[in-house]
Amino acid sequence: MLWMKDAPGANVVVRGARVVDPVEGIDAALDVRIDDGAIAAVAERVDANGHRVVDGTGLVLAPAFVDPHVHLRTPGREDEETIATGTAAAAAGGYCAILAMPNTDPVVDSAAALQSLVEGARRDALVPTGFMAAITRGQAGEELTEMGELADAGAAAFSDDGVPVRAAGLLQRALQYSSITGRLLALHEEEPTLTKGAHMHMGRVSAELGLAGYPSVGESVMVERDLSLAAAEGQPLHLMHLSAAESVAALRRARHAGVRASGEVTPHHLVLTDDAVRSLDPNVKMNPPLREEDDRIALLDALRDGTIECVATDHAPHARHEKDVPFEAAPNGVTGLETAFAALYTYLVKPGALPLATLLERMSAGPARVFGFERPRVAAGARANVVLLDLERDWQVADFRSKSRNSWLLGHTLTGAVVMTIANGAVVHE
Amino acid sequence: MIRLVSDDMRPPSPARRHLLAMADVTRDDLERILGTARTFATSLEREVKKLPTLKGRLIVNLFYESSTRTSSSFELAAKRLSADTLTLKSAGSSVDKGESLKDTALTLGAYDPDVIVIRHPQVGAAHFVARVADAHVVNAGDGKHQHPTQALLDLYTIHQELGRLDGLHVAIVGDVVHSRVARSLVQAFALMDMRCTLIGPPALLPQGLAESTTDIGAIRHADVVYVLRMQHERMQAGANYVPSLREYTARWGITPERLRPGQKVMHPGPMNRGVEIDPRVADCSDALVETQVRSGLVVRMAVLYDLLVGGPVSVRALAAAEVA
Repeated sequence: MLWMKDAPGANVVVRGARVVDPVEGIDAALDVRIDDGAIAAVAERVDANGHRVVDGTGLVLAPAFVDPHVHLRTPGREDEETIATGTAAAAAGGYCAILAMPNTDPVVDSAAALQSLVEGARRDALVPTGFMAAITRGQAGEELTEMGELADAGAAAFSDDGVPVRAAGLLQRALQYSSITGRLLALHEEEPTLTKGAHMHMGRVSAELGLAGYPSVGESVMVERDLSLAAAEGQPLHLMHLSAAESVAALRRARHAGVRASGEVTPHHLVLTDDAVRSLDPNVKMNPPLREEDDRIALLDALRDGTIECVATDHAPHARHEKDVPFEAAPNGVTGLETAFAALYTYLVKPGALPLATLLERMSAGPARVFGFERPRVAAGARANVVLLDLERDWQVADFRSKSRNSWLLGHTLTGAVVMTIANGAVVHE
Repeated sequence: MIRLVSDDMRPPSPARRHLLAMADVTRDDLERILGTARTFATSLEREVKKLPTLKGRLIVNLFYESSTRTSSSFELAAKRLSADTLTLKSAGSSVDKGESLKDTALTLGAYDPDVIVIRHPQVGAAHFVARVADAHVVNAGDGKHQHPTQALLDLYTIHQELGRLDGLHVAIVGDVVHSRVARSLVQAFALMDMRCTLIGPPALLPQGLAESTTDIGAIRHADVVYVLRMQHERMQAGANYVPSLREYTARWGITPERLRPGQKVMHPGPMNRGVEIDPRVADCSDALVETQVRSGLVVRMAVLYDLLVGGPVSVRALAAAEVA
């Protein structure tokens, strides 16, 4: 389900780093030896075996990150991102696996389109990359894609991201049919008749700014509908980029009732509120929009208690000239791969709002579990998928490996830097 | 009035003063501008109405939406102050050919304008031009967001008519949700400790902007009734903001019967007679619509003066400028 270009397995020893793997129950200063891309030893003192030695003193070594929601813009908008640049951004952000969304031009709704992406990933991807395929042909919300063939061709999951599946009857059929593939449906939840012409969250700030708003209920009404359908069909589903407190409450209720539903949240929804839109900076414009402080707190609580299992960046690159316009004219979306960890470390972990171990779990084991990937772990015998983090280092967000620079963090100084990423055994960033 | 556009993304050009939103204006700014406008009103009573104050300055008017009042009054304001003016309307310019706002702003910027006055259908357009162009920017309307000079001229008008602002109560009636005028007015009234009530059909009243009610009877308590234009294009069948214009007029139209004697009536224009305002109201002596237009000229003169020269103006200073 994941592809990358050939890369030599690393032979490295990291000495004396604080090894944190929340699932393995490790938080201790240890040495880690990687032989030909596989973790060979995790112990207090390991022999270098002639390997390159990296001094990990003062650094954190953790399972590398998994991002289940990335827009690589390929095919169709290679001016905004390519498999090469998007995965370089992922490597720089500490990721060892990413999932690309199918809302490209053309849409990934056929095995042929998927196969050409797989070939592209084998040729260009710096980190293991998977691809979602569309739920409906052309994401038009009318006919199901050939999910069986798409799954055989390697589709990691199905999504019409960017648009909702409008018709309840169609989603019901998608839930039924996708069950033969063992792949999840990942849903963009939005009731379009409630969000027509919207540019930001509907609330006090949109009233002041005169921008048409996406009301919270425009998301939660679809979340409620789809959780009901999933319950009725006994099928799992995944709710992408949740933004409203009402949606979180619905997810929590459904999970308590035994529905196999998972959720993801983006760094920007965990850190910002619609108050940021007062700047009219196009780099705080996205869909779903930034909502209010109560929503942000609800998302953070849900991430903490595990109701939301994944942090997802919704990395959405846009050409510079397309964002260099008045707020109302700008397209939705912000980049996030290169800043996700540092943003959440700086604005949540450092001030004490989120434990480091929880963040590491939600950025790695959580999404791997939800999408059925092998969990990145720091344990002897595992393929090396690890990230080395410097939690003391401050850096200014200015340059990007991504082809685009529409980051809401542009110009911010963040704490917490990715020193080295090892993905599928290879050193892909340092 | 002083808004230092701080933008992390670009190297800051020398800080410039802009008029982008009423929220940026302080009470001091407001009182100073209204004072300047009164001075200009006096000067306009003279036979020769032109002042040399902004001689050699260039004011660019960039209008991406149709406008009669605002564009003509900015142009005349600049001319009365002896500035050069350049007016560009989107029809018949490169904008027609798909030129981006950024390129248009940079192109005009090459003429070294002192002030760019911009009206644009999109929220954030004036803020955007303030970021990319090296000129003072005046927002003459950006989408449904702000129209600060309209709010200033309305305050000026109310003050001229009622002799004060503090403590007055204004009812704003109609399509508030689509109105940049209402948004600027709400902030302006708050700045001057005035009370403001928004009145209209539920779907046309944004939540959280100000005190609001659907009851048209509430206009009775107001000193001034400010009527907003019902925009036909927004009221097409299927939009369902209101069932019909007919029902709107019956429920919220401003008629003589609904007004108290002596209540002042304002409207930013253009009026839909017989829709939001009864023609008998539009033509009565308490309707201040033409006064608003006249105020627009002196207030816009004051805004241009304030941005380019700054500080309070006295008749003596103006006379001195004339001699020089």
